[in-house]
Amino acid sequence: MPVAPLGTTPGLRRRLRRQALGFALLTGAAGAVALPGIRLLGEVLRRGWPVLGPEFLLAPPRDFLRAGGIGPAVLGTLLLLLGALGVALPLGVGAALYLAHYARPGPVTAGIRVAVGGLAAVPPIVYGLFGFSLFSVAMGLGRTAAAGALTLGILVLPTVITAAEEALAGVPREYREAALALGASRWQAARRVLLPLALPGIRSGVALALARAAGEAAPILFMAALFRAGPGGGLGDRPLALAYHLYAAATQVPGLPPERLYGAALVLLALVMGLMALALGGGGGGWPERRP
Amino acid sequence: MSENKFEVKDLHLYYGSFHALKGITMAIPARRVVAFIGPSGCGKSTFLRTLNRMNDLIPGVRVQGQVLLDGRDIYAPDVDVVALRQRVGMVFQRPNPFPMSIFDNVAYGPRLLGVRDRNALRRIVGECLEAVGLWDEVRSRLDASALGLSGGQQQRLCIARCLAVEPEVILMDEPTSALDPVATAKIEDLILRLKERYTIVIVTHSMQQAARISDYTGFFLNGELVEFGPTGTLFTNPRDQRTEDYITGRFG
Repeated sequence: MPVAPLGTTPGLRRRLRRQALGFALLTGAAGAVALPGIRLLGEVLRRGWPVLGPEFLLAPPRDFLRAGGIGPAVLGTLLLLLGALGVALPLGVGAALYLAHYARPGPVTAGIRVAVGGLAAVPPIVYGLFGFSLFSVAMGLGRTAAAGALTLGILVLPTVITAAEEALAGVPREYREAALALGASRWQAARRVLLPLALPGIRSGVALALARAAGEAAPILFMAALFRAGPGGGLGDRPLALAYHLYAAATQVPGLPPERLYGAALVLLALVMGLMALALGGGGGGWPERRP
Repeated sequence: MSENKFEVKDLHLYYGSFHALKGITMAIPARRVVAFIGPSGCGKSTFLRTLNRMNDLIPGVRVQGQVLLDGRDIYAPDVDVVALRQRVGMVFQRPNPFPMSIFDNVAYGPRLLGVRDRNALRRIVGECLEAVGLWDEVRSRLDASALGLSGGQQQRLCIARCLAVEPEVILMDEPTSALDPVATAKIEDLILRLKERYTIVIVTHSMQQAARISDYTGFFLNGELVEFGPTGTLFTNPRDQRTEDYITGRFG
């Protein structure tokens, strides 16, 4: 037997054994965390998959949701998300630009940051009440998709602001200085140099925010409807949404085949996970190349 | 006697309570290369950045004293900082081309100034890339991303970008410290050619570089301008003991 040139002392063996034990525990913990997620996905897939099909995805419901499809709720979700995007993107990126690029440190800036942090901590149902009383009642929008989209837009605003501010602050100082040293105004530097450089980060934040908005029922609880008798589906109609559909169909429709709920849940999950993938993947600088 | 581009009179700068520049007085002659040397943190970069008011961007900075550009105080309240920065360009330590095409990088400044005509932009871009010796290397790929260039090419592109707004002065903040020796030599050659038309103020960590390219050298230490004079004199016959200690490698 060859002599181990560096020697394997009992102390070393003991340390290696402890390390192996430690790794085993960590692996176990990681596995335990993953298990519920895998189980949940498996269950939703197993029970939801059979009902999926063109009719389920696209057609309107029949027999008080017990047959037909969830098409209006899918479209309604997309409409709400688009509306929320229209609210949160300009407001959020604007606020982030102000905080990262224009604001001088001081009480005003600190106050804005506290307010943004506070918004992030407000429970979704409170947004629901607030949105209803402000947009539906005080502003007279009523129980409409417009009011719902505004509420969801405000709900995700902190996520968008935080992500965009981080992305903007992450742009190396030299780029901003280079633009300013060439005689750019702050706005010109922001628009042509900082924003394009921060775009991947902003895009991730927005996708995450939309994923969250897609999954929330509480903020639109007081506006959404479970189904629509006639045509409709614009910003001025009562919104239908997958998340609200799941909540209401499960609690208010006796005798609803549970597979239909799982089908809707599967569609919602796919939508949310698609947005998440967009947030995490994204990749690549998004700056446009202009031709001379 | 040569005219002075900048005259600086008793300039003090504070970062909050930190006294970063202590009574700098000097004259920077036009169409010469002026180098600043000194150990890290001595204030040479800070001083350079007072010449185009780049320190304005840093919260808590206060400036006292005068910086005259062609006899006008650039810290006077009615001075347009944007116009000042078009006259006094800047090249930074790390090459920082914008994430745009090579063409758009050089055209960035002229477009800010309102040049829209394509032929005019093409002419400016061509001339500026020619002036920095980059034209032959990039003429076939002006639409390609500037980020695909090598570090030395990127830095020359940044100089071209700076030339495109037709400045009178070019400030360079350790422009070769991120480059290899070959790329550094190209930048130094370029600086010597540029001084026929531009006043160049360069901060450098390398005393050899200052000796190779500058006409005048200033030695900074702890926020003071210890000595300023013709480069040959400063390196061979310094008046101040601290300058001699620094250039002979006794500290720093």
